[in-house]
Amino acid sequence: MKLKVESIGDSDLKQRLMTMGVIPGTTIKVLRSAPLGDPIAISLRSYNLAMRRADAERIQVQQVS
Amino acid sequence: MATLAVALTGNPNTGKSTIFNELTGARQKIGNWPGVTVDKKVGYVRRGDHAMSIVDLPGTYSVNARSPEEKIVIDYLMNNKLDLVMDVVDSSNIERNLFLTIQLLEAGIPLLIDLNMADEAEKRGVHIDIKKLEEAIGMPVVTTVGRSHKSAEKLLDIFTDTVMANYHVTPMIQAHIDKVEAIRAGHESAEQKEEEISKARYALIDRIMAQAVTVKENGPTFSEKLDRFLANGVLALPIFLCILYLVFMITFEWVGAPLQDWFDGLINDDFAGWASAALADAGVADWMQSLICDGIIAGVGAVLTFVPLVFTMFFLLSFLDGTGYMARIAFIMDPIMRRCGLTGKGIMPLMMGFGCAVPAIMGARALDSEKDRMVSILVTPFLTCSAKLPVMALFAAMFFPDNAANVVFAMYIGGVIMAILAAKALGSTLFKGEGSTFLLELPPYRIPDMKTVLLETWDKGKGYLVKAGTIIFAMSVLIWFLSSYNFAGPTDEMNDSFLATLGAWISNLFVFQGFDTWESGAAILSGIMAKETVISTIGILYGAADVSTEAADALDTASQMMGTSMGTAFSTMSALVFMVFSQLYTPCMTALGTIKKETSSWKWMGFSAGYQFVVAWILSLIVYQVGTLLGF
Repeated sequence: MKLKVESIGDSDLKQRLMTMGVIPGTTIKVLRSAPLGDPIAISLRSYNLAMRRADAERIQVQQVS
Repeated sequence: MATLAVALTGNPNTGKSTIFNELTGARQKIGNWPGVTVDKKVGYVRRGDHAMSIVDLPGTYSVNARSPEEKIVIDYLMNNKLDLVMDVVDSSNIERNLFLTIQLLEAGIPLLIDLNMADEAEKRGVHIDIKKLEEAIGMPVVTTVGRSHKSAEKLLDIFTDTVMANYHVTPMIQAHIDKVEAIRAGHESAEQKEEEISKARYALIDRIMAQAVTVKENGPTFSEKLDRFLANGVLALPIFLCILYLVFMITFEWVGAPLQDWFDGLINDDFAGWASAALADAGVADWMQSLICDGIIAGVGAVLTFVPLVFTMFFLLSFLDGTGYMARIAFIMDPIMRRCGLTGKGIMPLMMGFGCAVPAIMGARALDSEKDRMVSILVTPFLTCSAKLPVMALFAAMFFPDNAANVVFAMYIGGVIMAILAAKALGSTLFKGEGSTFLLELPPYRIPDMKTVLLETWDKGKGYLVKAGTIIFAMSVLIWFLSSYNFAGPTDEMNDSFLATLGAWISNLFVFQGFDTWESGAAILSGIMAKETVISTIGILYGAADVSTEAADALDTASQMMGTSMGTAFSTMSALVFMVFSQLYTPCMTALGTIKKETSSWKWMGFSAGYQFVVAWILSLIVYQVGTLLGF
């Protein structure tokens, strides 16, 4: 499932997320989650990034396909 | 002869260190950047009539000066006259890697862009047109394939031939730089500006990508397929436990321990025997013989026997790190670690804590938030490091001969539980309200470069050797002196020695714990210098000749020790309590020094020393009193 980033809510992580390429308009794909469902791994800009669900929930996305 | 100053910069996981090691080989010096404990690596190469110094800067995703590493990179690049700065880019991950490239160009630093692991990128369907990339950015571009001698030769030629002053950024890049400056001059808040700039950088990257890079969807990569087992669902945890078990078996059973046996024989039998015979032949004064044999060789030798164990452990951890699996461990363990008041990333430094607290405390630097870092630093010393292990092994074998392994294991678990409880307590009191974060790149799996793994192992393990040569050496001399002298001069009766007086005074603290003998008081005191000396001090004081400090030999040593007065000095109960106390009390001097350096605060160092002593004192009191009450 491909998703497109619409906006990122304010958090301690916002700037770091943007440094790592999570920018409005970026296409991301959710890959999997760790054993207890959290954190999750996503793929974007041809690399993989892990983040906690609580932080992922602050990222507004739109489904692309 | 012309000299060239070169610096390597780049993201983490780009193979930058491998290139550095390939370029410089063993001709490198590892020191510290001033004021922080970040490694500074400098290598020297001679090429034709050029002498080059190459600096390997810490790997960073950006240079926003948010971490010590980022600050070092930008300060170094801005404040030094460098002939060439090479930006190492992971080709298969060029998009995100270019963020740092652009940021450095904004700072006016001309770059040689190295597309590393170009072969891997092609396999993954990422094709980069070098000519077009050069045209888009205006800076020279070169491709390399990580661990290859040919790549290194090529780079050295380029280093000597390239004149960076001949390169200028393209109008497209210049327009971006102007735009960034305009944003900085605006009236928005600092955060808003930073976000606008990040957006502008990725907008530029998108344009560069469109011009020079084609990405073909190749289906799931090898790493993807592997991750379906190693980082997915319930299967990931048992696999992790198996790998952890392997690491411990290799370290303590298959490779590390046998090497240690051999090393121990070499030092404590062969060398010690030869030295005492040689000294006697040479007619050296008795006190000097005693100092060298009973003091220095016994003390330093006891610590040196652990060298193989420590190096094996660091080798395995560096190897795992090189494969990319360490990041998966952090990923799958985060849910569990978080419930313990820590973070998934903290598992890596904590695992090192079973080897030695010093690199573990330094490793906490990799954690993102101040809270995670401080909590990790403060709880690490509760774990059973390789220096505490022989203490546990000896006491368990002496006083619990039927259950020795279980008792040692219980001490390990006790240390882990204490670390978790302390993490929870610290997280909800002193560091309350501070956020914990987790953002982690999962790099592709790779076969680690052996040269890099070995150099890293040496670099980390070296600290242990240095400790043996400095603190342990000094302590051995001190303990020997204190146990052989009193105010009247030399004494053969250790009971009259300075150490007995000092130990007796300390032992007053442990009246309610049941081990208030001066010998254990002295052992505990020496353990603050280095945990290794607890066992060697006990060995010297109870008069067992040549006590082996090895876990593997604990049974032999135990039967030897039972013959001495130690067998009666401790009851089963007080022995157990002594183990509990040794497991938990004040970290050794080296660990405390590292805490001071890492937190840059005497306060936290003092806190660490104090709270662990109090926790150990209270817990050993409870164990003894409850145990006695229950009739043990």
